Amino acid sequence: MYAFDIERPATIADAISALGTEEAQALGGGQTLIPTLKQRLAAPAKLVCLSAIKEMQGICTADDGALCIGGGTTHAEVAAGAGVYPALASLAAHIGDPAVRNRGTIGGSLANNDPSACYPAAVLGSGATVITSNRSIAADDYFQGMFTTALEDGEIITEVRFPVPEKASYQKFEQPASRFALVGVFVAKYADGVRVAVTGASEEGVFRWTEAEAALSGNFAPEALEGLTLSGDGMISDLHGSGAYRAHLVGVMARRAVAAAS
Amino acid sequence: MPKDGGIGASTKRREDIRFLTGNGNYTDDINLRGQAYVHFLRSDVAHGRLNKVDTSAAEAMPGVLRIFTGKDFEGVGGLPCGWQVTDRFGEVMQEPGHPVLAQGKVRHVGDPIAAVVAETYAQARDAAEAIELDIEELPAVVDMKKALEEGAPLVHDELKNNLCYDWGFVEENKGAVDEAFAKAAHVTTLELINNRLVANPMEPRVAVGDFNRSTGDSTLYTTSQNPHVIRLLMGAFVLGIPEHKLRVVAPDVGGGFGSKIFHYAEEAFCTFAAKALNRPVKWTCSRSEAFMTDAHGRDHVTKIELALDAENNFTAIRTDTYANMGAYLSTFAPSVPTWLHGTLMAGNYRTPLIYVNVKAVFTNTVPVDAYRGAGRPEATYQLERVIDKAARELGVDPIGLRRQNFITQFPYATPVAVEYDTGDYHATMDKLEEIADFSGFEARRKASAAKGKLRGLGINCYIEACGIAPSNLVGQLGARAGLYESATVRVNATGGLVVMTGSHSHGQGHETSFAQVVAEMIGIDANMVEIVHGDTANTPMGMGTYGSRSIAVGGSAMVRATEKIINKAKKIAAHLMEASEADIELKDGKFSVAGTDKSVAWGDVTLAAYVPHNYPLADIEPGLEETAFYDPSNFTYPSGAYACEVEVDPDTGKVTIERFAAADDFGNIINPMIVSGQVHGGIGQGIGQALLESCVYDENGQLQTGSYMDYAMPRADDVPFYQVDHSCQTPCTHNPLGVKGCGEAGAIGSPPAVVNAVIDALQRSGRNITHIDMPLSPSRVWQAM
Repeated sequence: MYAFDIERPATIADAISALGTEEAQALGGGQTLIPTLKQRLAAPAKLVCLSAIKEMQGICTADDGALCIGGGTTHAEVAAGAGVYPALASLAAHIGDPAVRNRGTIGGSLANNDPSACYPAAVLGSGATVITSNRSIAADDYFQGMFTTALEDGEIITEVRFPVPEKASYQKFEQPASRFALVGVFVAKYADGVRVAVTGASEEGVFRWTEAEAALSGNFAPEALEGLTLSGDGMISDLHGSGAYRAHLVGVMARRAVAAAS
Repeated sequence: MPKDGGIGASTKRREDIRFLTGNGNYTDDINLRGQAYVHFLRSDVAHGRLNKVDTSAAEAMPGVLRIFTGKDFEGVGGLPCGWQVTDRFGEVMQEPGHPVLAQGKVRHVGDPIAAVVAETYAQARDAAEAIELDIEELPAVVDMKKALEEGAPLVHDELKNNLCYDWGFVEENKGAVDEAFAKAAHVTTLELINNRLVANPMEPRVAVGDFNRSTGDSTLYTTSQNPHVIRLLMGAFVLGIPEHKLRVVAPDVGGGFGSKIFHYAEEAFCTFAAKALNRPVKWTCSRSEAFMTDAHGRDHVTKIELALDAENNFTAIRTDTYANMGAYLSTFAPSVPTWLHGTLMAGNYRTPLIYVNVKAVFTNTVPVDAYRGAGRPEATYQLERVIDKAARELGVDPIGLRRQNFITQFPYATPVAVEYDTGDYHATMDKLEEIADFSGFEARRKASAAKGKLRGLGINCYIEACGIAPSNLVGQLGARAGLYESATVRVNATGGLVVMTGSHSHGQGHETSFAQVVAEMIGIDANMVEIVHGDTANTPMGMGTYGSRSIAVGGSAMVRATEKIINKAKKIAAHLMEASEADIELKDGKFSVAGTDKSVAWGDVTLAAYVPHNYPLADIEPGLEETAFYDPSNFTYPSGAYACEVEVDPDTGKVTIERFAAADDFGNIINPMIVSGQVHGGIGQGIGQALLESCVYDENGQLQTGSYMDYAMPRADDVPFYQVDHSCQTPCTHNPLGVKGCGEAGAIGSPPAVVNAVIDALQRSGRNITHIDMPLSPSRVWQAM
């Protein structure tokens, strides 16, 4: 690591103020940022640690039934406390390992928008709303390509609101080494239609598989996806699988998610 | 049996208490007063000419004590290679220099260019970034076959090409082998890759150099499997320090798997710099650094052919292997694809004619050397894969084909220069059929099919040559070292014993099992026996631990030294009881006179040895301390039969290991629990190689698997509960304990079993797939389907 200053504000307002200075960087759970710092691949002048901000932690249900999760809530807390949305709780319970789940936060994961992370699939697949320090952003507008989001400098995720679906499931096929999603598919069935979000596969980051959504909105069954394929073009191709393999896995995982949805 | 467990008792490992409670003393736990820290600036290109290394700005950085470059080591020897192979034409191998810090060129990503020593580690790292480098990048050679093409870039400008050696074995048999192939009723051919692996011991390497100005003595604390070997190599060949002025300590070491056998540049650097700066100098390897500096393993590209007659008897084997040496010759690298590989090509079978060709090649990659099994897994993998393929081609049962060709008469002289002293391959196969429940396979296959999964059963037999090694033999084969082992047994006045062994324990449990042997011989509680290892200052010269040699060679030395102790103690006992020495018997820690009720206790005799008031001083010296060196007369030949059952998910290509059974013959066994643990660990590593692990370079020589994000290590949920059995025991005929060694067996025996099982699953599902190269990742299996 290079030397840096660190602040640990107790309120969102103080955090925003601290992030207003040159080369300041927000620190959520640090599960990506800390290893990056240790490898000297980032050199922020100041880290603004968000872990002391009580007002952006915890889980509750809004009057409209949406599940509201504070941006500073850890994966372990979501796994234990998001019981009204079992697919989301299960997704959180299978991120990384216990150490990661007890430090990593939903806000940190979404702000980073790793193309192989699990949470973006849940947020996009649920049509959730990302609440930041100064606005609300619909999931469809939030994700803008790998490691790219609608967040402005100095803006932090304070809460994520998930409409709770009738049924949902997240199926992850793990990359053998990192156990990030080689492909992860989140399927959620709402009264007004089905959403299917795919992580791990595309060079553009998380995306909605609209053909699958249309097919499943008519018939929410694995068979509805038979014959639907994705092209391997634009899919990530690396040591662990070609674009064609990832495209194939999207279909497999989507069918499994529909079959497992509860 | 002694009450705390002698030979054959599953005594719990005494060393685990300190390991599991954080009380181990690992090299990184050693911090010396006034210690400085070194950070190595390493090449980020695979091949380049070093035009300039300007340290002037870096030297002015805070805390910097001194920056060393290749220039500082111009008068110093390079890292030596411990084995010289002679090629098929009688020429010795091409042996390039291996500088401590790069001189003139860098030859792999991670090659050290400069070493910054500073007051703190962070300061050293900061200063390293201020070193100004001018590296003219050169085209890299990564692919072995391309490296041998005319006009390929030279890894070493002073060599005539990138070929280290072209080895033929047994060269005189080549013509006869070719003739046998011409006459064969059937020939099966298989081309395969034995994937490059990174050893990844839990503890990365660490070195602390120290220099005592008042005595002129140097000390190196290091993560080594063989501190005496490091002392000899570093002292005699690199730094010019005689052994009596150099001490090497390898304290608790957290795993090695071969990668900590070798003498590394960082060890020599820390020892050298401590003297130059008159301060202790410490280096702690990061995991990222380990990926690009620890010697890698395997990396063979092979074509094997098996000839059979009309009755399916094996008549000849011919193999052609390219073996990657990496950019430099690591300590024992040349021996691995040759004498540890070619000599095992007979496997468990009566094949009268064998010819092995190996071309060892320099590339711009990290040096490759011994990794758990070292040469023997490579031999077993190709042999057992080609036999499986032959069985399919001939439409015969793969077990039956193996049984038909098993060696059954011992001793058996193979056509590849070794003589198996003993074994019973049908017995281990019988045991395997029983513990693996072959008869239940069909029902399990149907249950898998009902879930949409393809189930397959893979078999493997292996033989290994371990208990390394007869010194006179390996000397003829090019070893620049002897391979005996040593032990000093010191009996204290009150009866306790300290055994100082040249073997080294870095996870094997020697402190427990070695004590069991000595306790059994004397008939005392094992807690009266302390095992000391790892420090050249208090152990006799020994060659360390690798090649499943410690109980077979180190244990034998300990037996010989203990026998000397017992012989002398009997003389003392005879004197105390006024009896004839010939009538003295030792049992349960008590000396008695045969046919009488006279006896003296072990402690009475040991006390007399050190308080010799009533003592035969005219005949024997006081004291009770003996040393023995044991040089084995042959290798030992553990063998076994393994079975793996897998499920393949046809939708994703993912392979899961459902069952794994191992029936091993390790000869006599000291501690069955420790042996089971060794087999479990070995199988886990073998499954890692078969399904997960692969070290990959791109065409520019950049390491693509430089962290656990891309290099897949096996985890607990990747492996099943194993059924292991070692009740088939044909004792080794030539060492006093009748032991063969068990450390590498699992890693040798498991990869072919796994791959054979996956191919079996695919074949049973009607897919005509005959081979997939390791690791059988989901992506590769799906691609093959």
